[in-house]
Amino acid sequence: MLLSARKLCRSFGENQVLFDVDLDLQVGEVHALLGENGAGKSTLVKILAGYLRPTSGEVVVDGSQRHYRSSGEAEADGVVMIHQELALAEQLSVEENIFLGRELRRGMFLDRRAMRQQSREALAELETDVDPRARVKDLSTSDQQMVEIAKAITRDVRVLVMDEPTATLTENEVSVLFALIDRLRQRGVAILYISHKLREIEQIADRVTVLRDGHLVDSGPMAGRSKEELARLMVGREITEMYPPRTHLPSDAPVVLEARDMVVPGVVKQASFTLRQGEVLGFGGIVGAGRTALIEAVLGLRSKSAGQVLRNGQPVVLRHLRDAVHQRIAYLTEDRKGKGLVLNMDLRSNVTLLNLRAHCHPLIDRRREEQAFQQAIQRFDIRLRTAARTAAELSGGNQQKLLLAKVMSIAPEVVIINEPTRGIDVGTKHQIYHFIHELTEAGCSVILISSEMGELIGLSHRVAVMCAGVLTGVLEGEQINEHEIMQYASGIKGAEVDEQCHG
Amino acid sequence: MSSVMANNKTTNKAANQMIKQKGFAIDLKTWGPFVALVVLALLGVLINPAFLGLDNLSNMLTRSAFIGIIAIGATFVITAGGLDLSVGAMAAFIAGVMIILMNSLVEQFGAGLTTVLFGVGASLLLGLCAGFINGMVTTKGKIEAFIVTLGTMGIYRSLVTYLADGGTLTLDWAVRDIYRPMYYGSFLGITIPVWVFLFVAIVGYILLNYTRFGRYCFAIGSNEKVAEYSAIHVDRIKTMTYMLQGVCVALATIIYVPRLGSASGATGVLWELEAIAAVIIGGTMLKGGHGRIWGTVVGAIMLTMIGNILNLTDAISNYLNGTVQGIIIIVAVYLQRASWRKAAP
Repeated sequence: MLLSARKLCRSFGENQVLFDVDLDLQVGEVHALLGENGAGKSTLVKILAGYLRPTSGEVVVDGSQRHYRSSGEAEADGVVMIHQELALAEQLSVEENIFLGRELRRGMFLDRRAMRQQSREALAELETDVDPRARVKDLSTSDQQMVEIAKAITRDVRVLVMDEPTATLTENEVSVLFALIDRLRQRGVAILYISHKLREIEQIADRVTVLRDGHLVDSGPMAGRSKEELARLMVGREITEMYPPRTHLPSDAPVVLEARDMVVPGVVKQASFTLRQGEVLGFGGIVGAGRTALIEAVLGLRSKSAGQVLRNGQPVVLRHLRDAVHQRIAYLTEDRKGKGLVLNMDLRSNVTLLNLRAHCHPLIDRRREEQAFQQAIQRFDIRLRTAARTAAELSGGNQQKLLLAKVMSIAPEVVIINEPTRGIDVGTKHQIYHFIHELTEAGCSVILISSEMGELIGLSHRVAVMCAGVLTGVLEGEQINEHEIMQYASGIKGAEVDEQCHG
Repeated sequence: MSSVMANNKTTNKAANQMIKQKGFAIDLKTWGPFVALVVLALLGVLINPAFLGLDNLSNMLTRSAFIGIIAIGATFVITAGGLDLSVGAMAAFIAGVMIILMNSLVEQFGAGLTTVLFGVGASLLLGLCAGFINGMVTTKGKIEAFIVTLGTMGIYRSLVTYLADGGTLTLDWAVRDIYRPMYYGSFLGITIPVWVFLFVAIVGYILLNYTRFGRYCFAIGSNEKVAEYSAIHVDRIKTMTYMLQGVCVALATIIYVPRLGSASGATGVLWELEAIAAVIIGGTMLKGGHGRIWGTVVGAIMLTMIGNILNLTDAISNYLNGTVQGIIIIVAVYLQRASWRKAAP
């Protein structure tokens, strides 16, 4: 046994989040750690990697008990963690990041050549063409992820903890990552893999441990366990019908939003679409195809060089998101921490921020604000398990619900949702899908941008697919399947794409 | 917070405990500057009982009004993530223009109230414009506030020196007699500058805590992107904070001019740093997103009080005023950060 945890408990103040959890990691295994948001996964791995100390219980590495006081001590033992939120120094180069804090030296001076050489080797092993001299700031999110992984493998890693490593990766990058995990496994590295994507876990995990509300509910070999069973264990109840039925769309449903010949310099070359009342219009395509840019240009968050937007058939000029709000269009950003929520602000103010004028007469009426907040808690099932005061203290799923409450505060008729379930557990996903269904039943129209095929296929009435800034096609009915979407997303089918699609 | 209890009964006790703990930490943060002020005042009394004299207290509060009024404006700018280094030079420039304008109007209107009102109006207009320029260049030009206001600081400072031709601009004696009460007069036993200070503080408190503008300042200072995605006109709100700052500078200048009746290149030197210090001592975070008006008021009074206490004692040289102020600024912020750390789970 390489690493084992025995009866780990951890409390924050009076609030216990981990109860007598055991975990064993063997040499050369991929061990999946599952659980809903707030189940205690992050706390557990932070203890293992030395970022947190347990309230009670012990961590045993190589047969002897360890009391890590810092992540540095754990790393010296070969226990390395790759964070969910990338922890890179943006202004430094790739190689400077890889060796940050443990620079190679020759005498007093940095041994740049050796560091570049080793960085290059590590990056080559990851099959990525990232230049070691590039500045991290200039890299895409997925390349930054690769740098994080390179940073881990240049250390003498024996236990690698990966927290949601594929959340921001494209399909291709995921397969490269899995091949790498396979090689690490053969080298005898134990990998503790946290993910919400059960399909991935089915693909790569040897063993699996499931946490629920801080308790260990199941642990054992992956073989013989189905996705459905794991989902049930995580949530603690049966999840039937992940995707609700589609709302019936009358053939004469009016067009509520239309975009014509949109061009955003450098990102969107040509795109037009229509959205009908009560419809879910999916937007598929690989990361960087221009879906977010197109939608943000429609909303006035980005400037466009050409194009026209029509609301209920009338041309409208949306120069600022405020104009879109006046048109009863709500936008749920994909970046809930960077763009969606004011993390250090209290929960109530976050919910009312978008529609604050409804609570002003003319001074802010804090009592009415509080009422609105309480209603939002009920409606969106925001769970305040701890006495969380600020948005930063909520789990990912609850943050997403808080963001949903915020954008729904304007009582929109058109809701544009960008990656609604990124980094979110099965239970919350299920709730969000049903919420989208309720919206369309109530006559709202929804645009759904998603990189999860299952979501697009399961929820959309029609799917618009983009490739390299061009809207290549809009799929309907039987056409909505993984194969067709990929064909359009890669530019093989549909409208001319003058530049080669990459990804 | 009641939601916590309504929603989950099992963790009720734990949650309550958390609230209590946090409540305590917040109290420390909120009341820290007040506690420090009381401690400093007690020290003053111990050193010299004359400290508590009505004349001394009144004099001290009156003196703190200039920096205090400017610092209230600065609280908005800093809360919204900006910074204004130009306020001291702006005050000197406004004072200079006011004096020239009033002196030249004496011929036309005589040394009467009309002349003074023109001066006051011009001051407010200039402050508003100067703030507008700072705000527009910062937001539309996408240049850091530090750089923009460092630039305008140099501009205003040299302009007033130019207007005074390197010397001192002096207000007409007759006008001065009429204008005098603005600084030296009092109402209900409290001097006019203190009334203005109080008025600005109350308006500032309401603006920051009970209006959309104030809430938007917090949001922008915390995360500009989030503010933008919350349909807030970020550039407009930021520009408005600089304009508010400009008006505060104008108000401070209006009560400052009758005090000495003159302006020169040396007027208002280092006021910007004193104002920022008052804001920081009061518990506002320099990186934005967190601001407190009453803290700023206390901070401004504390800075003046230090000088006042040193005046009343021979134990420490008056020349060490800056040293004591510096130490207090650093200690105040250190204590606030320490309670931050305790508050985090």
